[in-house]
Amino acid sequence: MAEYQNIFTRVQVHAPAYAGVSPKASSWERAGQPFFAYWLGKIGDAQVGPIYLGFLGFVSIICGLVAIEIIGLNMWASVNWDPVQFVRQLPWLALEPPAPKYGLKFPPLNEGGWWLMAGFFLTASILLWWLRMYRRARALGMGTHVAWAFASAIWLYLVLGFIRPLVMGSWSEAVPFGIFPHLDWTAAFSIRYGNLFYNPFHMLSIAFLYGSALLFAMHGATILAVSRLGGDREIEQVTDRGTASERAALFWRWTMGFNATMESVHRWAWWFAVLCPLTGGIGILLTGTVVDNWFLWAVKHGVAPAYPAFYPPVADPAPLSGMSP
Amino acid sequence: MKIGIPIFLTVVVLLTIAMVFTSGWERPPLATEQTGYRGTGMAQIRNPRVVEAVRAMNTMPKPVTAVPSEGTSAASTYKNVQVLGDLDAGEFNRLMIAITDWVSPEQGCAYCHDPDDYASDDPYTHKVARNMLAMTRHINTEWKQHVGDTGVTCYTCHRGRPVPADIWFTDTSHGKAYSGRKAGQNAPAATVGSTSLPGEPFTAFLSQPSDGSNRANEIRVQSSSPLPDGNPHHIMRTEWTYGLMMHVSQSLGVNCTYCHNSRSFFEWDGSTPMRTAAWNGIRMVRDLNGNFLTPLTEVFPQLRLGPSGDAPKLNCATCHQGVNKPLLGVSMLKDYPALGIRRQTSRPPYTPR
Repeated sequence: MAEYQNIFTRVQVHAPAYAGVSPKASSWERAGQPFFAYWLGKIGDAQVGPIYLGFLGFVSIICGLVAIEIIGLNMWASVNWDPVQFVRQLPWLALEPPAPKYGLKFPPLNEGGWWLMAGFFLTASILLWWLRMYRRARALGMGTHVAWAFASAIWLYLVLGFIRPLVMGSWSEAVPFGIFPHLDWTAAFSIRYGNLFYNPFHMLSIAFLYGSALLFAMHGATILAVSRLGGDREIEQVTDRGTASERAALFWRWTMGFNATMESVHRWAWWFAVLCPLTGGIGILLTGTVVDNWFLWAVKHGVAPAYPAFYPPVADPAPLSGMSP
Repeated sequence: MKIGIPIFLTVVVLLTIAMVFTSGWERPPLATEQTGYRGTGMAQIRNPRVVEAVRAMNTMPKPVTAVPSEGTSAASTYKNVQVLGDLDAGEFNRLMIAITDWVSPEQGCAYCHDPDDYASDDPYTHKVARNMLAMTRHINTEWKQHVGDTGVTCYTCHRGRPVPADIWFTDTSHGKAYSGRKAGQNAPAATVGSTSLPGEPFTAFLSQPSDGSNRANEIRVQSSSPLPDGNPHHIMRTEWTYGLMMHVSQSLGVNCTYCHNSRSFFEWDGSTPMRTAAWNGIRMVRDLNGNFLTPLTEVFPQLRLGPSGDAPKLNCATCHQGVNKPLLGVSMLKDYPALGIRRQTSRPPYTPR
């Protein structure tokens, strides 16, 4: 048993570096001299490169760099260009969207103009990268499943930073660029709209998120468990089931009565992963536009349970006192 | 290349470890106390070691021994006694000794009094102290909804320091020329639990007295209807409210659920009775800042003022200092009943320069 611990790659087989199939029709060549990295071989293929950058990839990286520059330099400026404080405070620093008074107008640079520019370049970068993934898949004669899964994440990103602010009529509804600040924004978003946990699409999104992790663990564990029998050669096992595939299927049939197939388990994984940001994006889009207080919405529709009274009755003191709430 | 990747990974791992272990974790065990109906998450989590340290910091000076009545009032015995004039002269002196002990134990009487003329209003501290005495009486008589019969004394805030440890000034640091606007947040602010939330929510929420017409300092942001119904509050304002609430939580050493049922922060039905006390406390702080501290702006010398020339002001931490009941709920007022008498004048009795 101890002889076959395969949670890392134990045997690395090295062949001469392979450049890959010829690209069908593209203006750019693959770049970089391939080399082998032993430590990367521990977790994947030891061969690194060549890479296909292409026009889309090149422009995407430029746009991404511009966005990171705008965000990073604004963060650095916010600590008076002190390099030590920039590193120490980095998790707290942010580039904030415009204030509500600007609505959807272009604010002055330092009042959110930088944020709009950073958002534009980051979005351009992400969309160009998406297009590049789509085209590279096509160039290899693959399906475009990866691109569409990525599109699902882009959907959530666009809802948060673009579509929902547009519908709400204010850039101020969007997320700041920053490590802690975007988390604090998330908490504030939930508080403002009456607790996002009562948003059914948020519930779905969480179910798919945790479900993805569960499926990933189940599938990964199953294949590792039968790799001693060749179970890691999944594609062959799809068409020509050997003892590894049989055992993997039997294991789940015995333990839970139902089993996925060598192929369908990947559909499960793909759909769970895609539906996580897809449903999440719908939940965000409905928040503030269609529903303003998710807790009260859940009470109205019998989702949020009532609990027995525990404390003496507490009433809002504001109406009695005449003071502002 | 072979050596580069392991070195890079090692550096990343070490930096991550450094980050994780320098971020103010508290080691277990922590004590959890259920404070509400089962399954609702209503609980208080306390670190017994922090509780012990806080307990040690909240010791009180012994009350000054009671003195026999002198039979004459302070006003008829001494000159220029504007707030405590109705006290017996003996009790008046006893209180003065206590105040010296509470506020300026090292500096002594001369911190507020001109040693050559104790009645002189020349030291600014004399005028401030008079105003603070009026404020203490105001708190103990007009804000019983918050301080109850426990009441407050000078020591509640001062703790042997001429200037209490937790005061605040209006933050003026977030104006930048063309880049790097912080919008009042996005820095590790101790006032709001080292979050990136707005670090000085006090000017916005606690500087002006509450009255029905003033909606600018409204804390509530959530809607009271399920569907959109014209609630103008946005996420950015919510972050300010959130910052203020972090300050309350931190000042009192309690979780959100000390007052709120976190499944619905805005609902009063389901909140604990502490929320009413806190609600009154917020109104009290606004009243004190607006009517007692801010009017002292002209009395304070430059070195006591903030960066924008504003007077030092108070917030929850000024009295609470990490405890849900200041000084662990022990009343010092009962030993000094003079501080619990309703003040006569409607305005603070300071004399402008």
